[in-house]
Amino acid sequence: MSEVLLLWFGQKRPAADLLEGVRRSVEREFDRAVRVGLSPERPEDAFDARRGQHSSTRILAWLKDRHEGAHRVLGVTDADLFIPILTFVFGEAQLSGRAAVVSTARLGDTPLIPGEAARIALRLQKEAVHELGHTFGLLHCADARCAMARSPSLRHVDAKSPVLCRACRARTRELSENGDVHEQEEHANPDRR
Amino acid sequence: MSKKNTRILIVDDEEIIRESLSGWLGKDGYTIGTAPDGLTALKLMEEHPWTILLVDLKMPGIDGLEVLKRVKERWSDTAVLIMTAYATVDTAVNAMKAGAFDYVVKPFDPEEVSLVVEKIVAQQALVRENVILRKALKKEYRFHDLVTKSPALLATLELAKTAARSASTVLVLGESGTGKELLARAIHAESPRNGKPFVAMSCAALTETLLESELFGYEKGAFTGANARREGKFEAASGGTLFLDEIGDISPKLQLDLLRVLEERRVTRVGGTESLAVDVRIIAATNRDLRRAVEEGRFRQDLFYRLNVITITLIPLRDRKEDIPLLVDRLLEQLSSELKRPVERVSPEAMAILLAHTWPGNVRELRNVLERAIVVSEGPVLEARHLGLNLQEGSASGATPEHPASLEEIERQYIGSVLRQSGGNVTQAARILDIDRVTLYAKIRKYGLKRAEDGEFEPATPA
Repeated sequence: MSEVLLLWFGQKRPAADLLEGVRRSVEREFDRAVRVGLSPERPEDAFDARRGQHSSTRILAWLKDRHEGAHRVLGVTDADLFIPILTFVFGEAQLSGRAAVVSTARLGDTPLIPGEAARIALRLQKEAVHELGHTFGLLHCADARCAMARSPSLRHVDAKSPVLCRACRARTRELSENGDVHEQEEHANPDRR
Repeated sequence: MSKKNTRILIVDDEEIIRESLSGWLGKDGYTIGTAPDGLTALKLMEEHPWTILLVDLKMPGIDGLEVLKRVKERWSDTAVLIMTAYATVDTAVNAMKAGAFDYVVKPFDPEEVSLVVEKIVAQQALVRENVILRKALKKEYRFHDLVTKSPALLATLELAKTAARSASTVLVLGESGTGKELLARAIHAESPRNGKPFVAMSCAALTETLLESELFGYEKGAFTGANARREGKFEAASGGTLFLDEIGDISPKLQLDLLRVLEERRVTRVGGTESLAVDVRIIAATNRDLRRAVEEGRFRQDLFYRLNVITITLIPLRDRKEDIPLLVDRLLEQLSSELKRPVERVSPEAMAILLAHTWPGNVRELRNVLERAIVVSEGPVLEARHLGLNLQEGSASGATPEHPASLEEIERQYIGSVLRQSGGNVTQAARILDIDRVTLYAKIRKYGLKRAEDGEFEPATPA
């Protein structure tokens, strides 16, 4: 069974149960062992001073080399993420690749508000399963309750569950049986010309 | 058309933008292509036309506007979305003039770009299915109870017919009395859901709590007086169509509730805990300017995007006066039967008055005028005196004998002056004029308004 490395590299120390929740969700949905790690290093070149945000694409490049023997690495951070064409993203992943990243920055208000920490933790689990799903080759799902549904806003995140729908689960199995695509060194979008 | 068959070509000279956008849209399952410049894009179009083009405005060589023009000349079915880092009224007007679907400012809000692309895909599907009305107009065209000879309304009804066959949400816009519910019923009757319930609900007349329990139903004991469980309109319309009239009047809370239903396709009764799956097609209608309500924060943008998938605008009766004789015939037939008073026709003098009136209440007002006339008349012909209208009443003013000017001339001058006042800011000008931006762009195009060297708006000189 291939392993997933869950790597925290945020500014603050994460609450213990935050990463534990993600670990459990990932283990359950993808049937992979998950190892949790805290990275002392930061992707220094990922910060874009003009936008005041971190480039998720640069973070993916940085994460790809920090797999420490794991077949996939899921970075978790508290930095606000963006891709050049969008104002922000909750996370990003290499489609059928090795690395994915999710952020808590846009998932809620300060965790000090009663109940907010639990809400952020649940949203993070959903986004973690979603982005990791992309590394297994899954595309966005039309079922609004599936973890693979596109979630451009918090309402969409809240509408879905941290669980894959039956079709996405079957597709994951099918993709795994056809050989684990993560072995590709570079991500190639099959639709790209 | 499956997502894989929807082919999106991203044209931008910045590699990072191409990569970022293709990665983002590729995860939706669309077939994505990229081109670093206009020439390459046109070459790719020659090889195999793309469904949608996302084109950057400023590029070395052929700029986005030129790409748009050339694509529209050769491949009119391809939708072009212009991307720009800084939108000015000139670029927006030029893009819309050249036939762009829309223009968007970089960087996009994630929700906005998702919904814009979804909307293009939905409209493209309609365009593909739609039988283009280029043939000679029939003498009379009927779409259930809607009847017209007006080319503009004819095209609208043809679009409605095509929309009926899709499963998309429809937003019907139009002044009060233009027949929005009639159109909704016609769409339902033409749809695969015909035979299932059509449930109509006006959102204007009820309080928030009453409307909520009407729409979603309630459980026994949910509130005082809830002595038994009651199903809501969503459940009642299951398998069929729910027509939500006056959608622009619902409260922020209900806007959010409705948005959830549209996204999750599930409802929870008031006082209930279990959510129920609902399979309902929504047709919403309003006589309000929803875009303006969104800009002013009175209507949720995300809900507007959800509702505004296929938009059908019913023109007012004053803009299709050629239909008045046709409508009079139809209404006399209906009213004679309902009132049990045989009336054959209206006199030429009465018809002249009907044609001169501006009909602020549209077809509903025409029906009421005829109903009253039938009641007060005696013979088989309605005379001018029976109508309760006169030639001056409600007719357009604004031109005086000393200063004769057409309405269009006054409108052109006024729009130009408002654009000058707002420094060319279309959003601000649209707000002052109390119309939406799309309408204003259409009028700017219609009157050939352009910015002169001194920044003033003036009519374009013919080329």
